[in-house]
Amino acid sequence: MEQKSRERLNVLEGEDRARFEAVVLPHLDAAFNLARWLLRGRSDAEDVTQDALLRAFRAFGTYRSGNARAWLLQIVRNACFTWLRQNRSGEQLTEFDETSMSTESENPETLAIASSNREQLARALEGLPASFREILVLRELEGCSYKEIAEITSRPIGTVMSALARARQQIRSSLAQPLRKEASRGL
Amino acid sequence: MACEQSLVQLHGYFDGELDALGAAAFEKHLQTCTDCQRLLAAEKALRTSMQNAELFERAPNSLRNAFRAAPSKAPVVLPRSADAASFRWRSLALAAALLLAVFLGWRQFSRPSAIPSTQMVASTLVDAHLRSLQPGHLTDVESTDRHTVKPWFDGRLDFAPPVQDLANQGFPLMGGRLDVVQGRSVAALVYGRRKHIINVFIAKAQPGARWSGSGTEQGYHWLAWQDREFSFFAVSDVTSADLDELRQLFVKQ
Repeated sequence: MEQKSRERLNVLEGEDRARFEAVVLPHLDAAFNLARWLLRGRSDAEDVTQDALLRAFRAFGTYRSGNARAWLLQIVRNACFTWLRQNRSGEQLTEFDETSMSTESENPETLAIASSNREQLARALEGLPASFREILVLRELEGCSYKEIAEITSRPIGTVMSALARARQQIRSSLAQPLRKEASRGL
Repeated sequence: MACEQSLVQLHGYFDGELDALGAAAFEKHLQTCTDCQRLLAAEKALRTSMQNAELFERAPNSLRNAFRAAPSKAPVVLPRSADAASFRWRSLALAAALLLAVFLGWRQFSRPSAIPSTQMVASTLVDAHLRSLQPGHLTDVESTDRHTVKPWFDGRLDFAPPVQDLANQGFPLMGGRLDVVQGRSVAALVYGRRKHIINVFIAKAQPGARWSGSGTEQGYHWLAWQDREFSFFAVSDVTSADLDELRQLFVKQ
């Protein structure tokens, strides 16, 4: 891997390099963070982010102007989903459409959610289907607008909005669950 | 749930994505709908705990270094052997520079009192924000103490920028920097927000040049406002809601 990356990094040479460094590389953290949560691990995320950045550099000629972060995140996101399909074929990538919105929201367990710590949140986030995970990470961790999320995930904005609502519902209910289990065990 | 209709509105409202009319309509609905009130409280609790958990993970240095392995050179370095080519390039560059100079001169004269629009300032400041993120460029004075940062600007600026530490409100001060934006010296205050960085550019308010509005440029959000003395311009990759929170803290003081 080390050898391979060293060799391929030479691709980042030439006239575009300075512009790429100025326009795209500032979003390296955003790219890595998205990959880290999609792939659920830092080491895989590092490999995939690096490959995605090289791909971005090669495609940089087609990038004119506009939202460089969304452009890069789209490349990273697609690379992650390809990687997941190849390496973790068992994983549930998309949500079930039938997931009901109803009951949980009426009892949101606000207290349990408010007192969740990092570990609980990370576990809950990693437990979501990848398509929910990505939308929450893009919205809550990367601070993307609906329009940007739609662009990055190549989905219509209406789909983004309803998926976000369901992703939030699902993570809330999974945060509330451990407490509920403990409570019932205590009784 | 009784309120299925409002669900998308609720999230749009929560995310600041509704227009003024939609937001007002939802607020009206919210007054009477306990389901939506409860759900909104739950969404706020979720956001707060996600933010407090600092889930955002920055790239490891190994990855960062991989792309900065070669010392970043001046924009285009031409091979020494290609002298003829290099000469052609240089003539081209010279021609381009002359054209640009003529163009700029023409603009200067055709619009003698042109005051840069907020949008123009925004792209300049987003560039300044990007530059500040390069290693070693973030702060000239690195300190979390406003009593260190504020005096540092003495003698470097012809005004005293309002420096405050907002660590208790979730925006720890990281330091300050001097920037020149469109010929004006401005103070840049650097704040942290979870693991993100916010630059707040502060200039002396100029009659006629109002900075106001908000927007997104190259994936960064910006928010401009001003008071009687100063113009403020915040740039960051945090959410626009975060920037607005910071603005309110500045306005309050």
